[in-house]
Amino acid sequence: MTINEIQDEIIEEFEVFDDWMDKYQLLIDIGNSLEPIDEQYKTPQFLIEGCQSRVWVHATLVDGKVILQAESDTVIVKGIVTLLLRVLSGCTPQQILDTDLYFIERIGLKDHLSPTRSNGLVSMVKQIRNYALAFKLTAQ
Amino acid sequence: MDSFFKDLRSEFPILSKKIYGKDLVYLDNGATTQKPRRVVEKIESGYYYGNANIHRGVHYLSQRATEAHEAARERVRQFLHADSTSEIIFTRGTTESINLVAFSFGEAFCKEGDEIVVSVMEHHSNIVPWQMLCERKKMSLKVIPMNDRGEILLDEYQALLNPKVKLVAITHVSNVLGTVNPVKEMIALAHAAGIKVLVDGAQSAPHIRLDVKAMDADFLAFSGHKIYGPTGIGVLYGKAELLNQIPPYQGGGEMIDQVHFEKTTYNVLPYKFEAGTPDFIGSTALSEALDFVDEIGIERIEAYEKSLLEYATMELMKIDGMRIIGTAADKSAVLSFLLGDIHPFDVGTLLDHLGIAVRTGHHCAQPLIERLGIDGTVRASFAFYNTFEEVDVLVKALKRIQTMF
Repeated sequence: MTINEIQDEIIEEFEVFDDWMDKYQLLIDIGNSLEPIDEQYKTPQFLIEGCQSRVWVHATLVDGKVILQAESDTVIVKGIVTLLLRVLSGCTPQQILDTDLYFIERIGLKDHLSPTRSNGLVSMVKQIRNYALAFKLTAQ
Repeated sequence: MDSFFKDLRSEFPILSKKIYGKDLVYLDNGATTQKPRRVVEKIESGYYYGNANIHRGVHYLSQRATEAHEAARERVRQFLHADSTSEIIFTRGTTESINLVAFSFGEAFCKEGDEIVVSVMEHHSNIVPWQMLCERKKMSLKVIPMNDRGEILLDEYQALLNPKVKLVAITHVSNVLGTVNPVKEMIALAHAAGIKVLVDGAQSAPHIRLDVKAMDADFLAFSGHKIYGPTGIGVLYGKAELLNQIPPYQGGGEMIDQVHFEKTTYNVLPYKFEAGTPDFIGSTALSEALDFVDEIGIERIEAYEKSLLEYATMELMKIDGMRIIGTAADKSAVLSFLLGDIHPFDVGTLLDHLGIAVRTGHHCAQPLIERLGIDGTVRASFAFYNTFEEVDVLVKALKRIQTMF
């Protein structure tokens, strides 16, 4: 599946709910299903400190693909993190740099990625792009 | 009593609006209160018909604006029961008031090796200015501990009061725990040791009768926007004898007597501390807010909010896994809690989508949150326009949220 096909799939999964609480229930269930990040990465080095919540993110390059692991201390953020990994993990650095993450807005979670939210998600996306850029530059 | 306060809700247009299709339940009053129509109308008419720079014009409008600003100062004096309007300084808010004292008092009275005492439950605004003073003067900051209920340990406090301490800065009401600190007793203890005291009244002014004479505070700070007034205006009360001994905070217009390149002399109190054009519209709107509060009666507000807090505490306690953070014997209109192991951010986000506005996180009091050994809290903070029905809505919402995890 292409990145945008995955994004469209997520949009479809959320579209069936018109009630906010149902959307959040799905997000919580998704968040609870996230595999915890390897303990060795749950350190200050991989921590993105938001005012409201914390996110850990780690990336490695395997066969030219960026493999992402991430976690958060809040379940809702974990849910969004899981969706971001579903879209971005396993992509090439260039794909990550080129991707427009439109699904976030379409499923009504844009607020969580607003810089004023300070929940670590904006910095997390930036951090993933930084990883991608670094991998791309090293490969060149 | 309940219906009396319910009737006042119509003064606040936002309270009848819907958020995400749900009736708004505004429980973030500790952060800022909503504004009644009469305060907003005061601002509007001030700008439309009362706008002229004060203290300098010979013309009619300037005279009127000056009178309104000085009448507001007198209004604040009455509200605090201070001796004189020369002891009432308008600032931008509690934070600026505390910074003013940290700078000017620090310049006049503090030297290397001296100490400032604060409590573990202070908001960052009553920590950082003192840390900056300590850094500037090579002094140290000492911290009064509390027990697990969130009450100041008075014995430990007394033990900290030594001749090196120049000032104690203490919050009247904790913005996280709701604890009402025994400031009168603490001030008496400090004074017995020859130490001055600043009281942070940001969280008490809207809820408790303040009397700077009765508590014998040397300084007291509060913000307009937390007491139904506009943002950007606040107050510093200081005893005249102290204010006369400390240098100005900022230089500029209004605060001067004579300016010559060789030497400038400063204006008398309170103008010495009000550099630049003051917020003369904000001051009159704050005065209107204080009129509003006084017409209702601060004792009546206190009694109602107390019953609201007691009811909310009792109802929340019925929820499985509920942890109330801050169980002091004497509390004001703040209720912090944790819903089982659910992260405060998750609770706050879901409450928001149910129309309920609360604050979550560390509430700008990180050292306190660290002391409590938690990541943060969910905080419901009340105003007199909140109702018992709104507490029921909150409880119902929390029960629903609990089933989602």
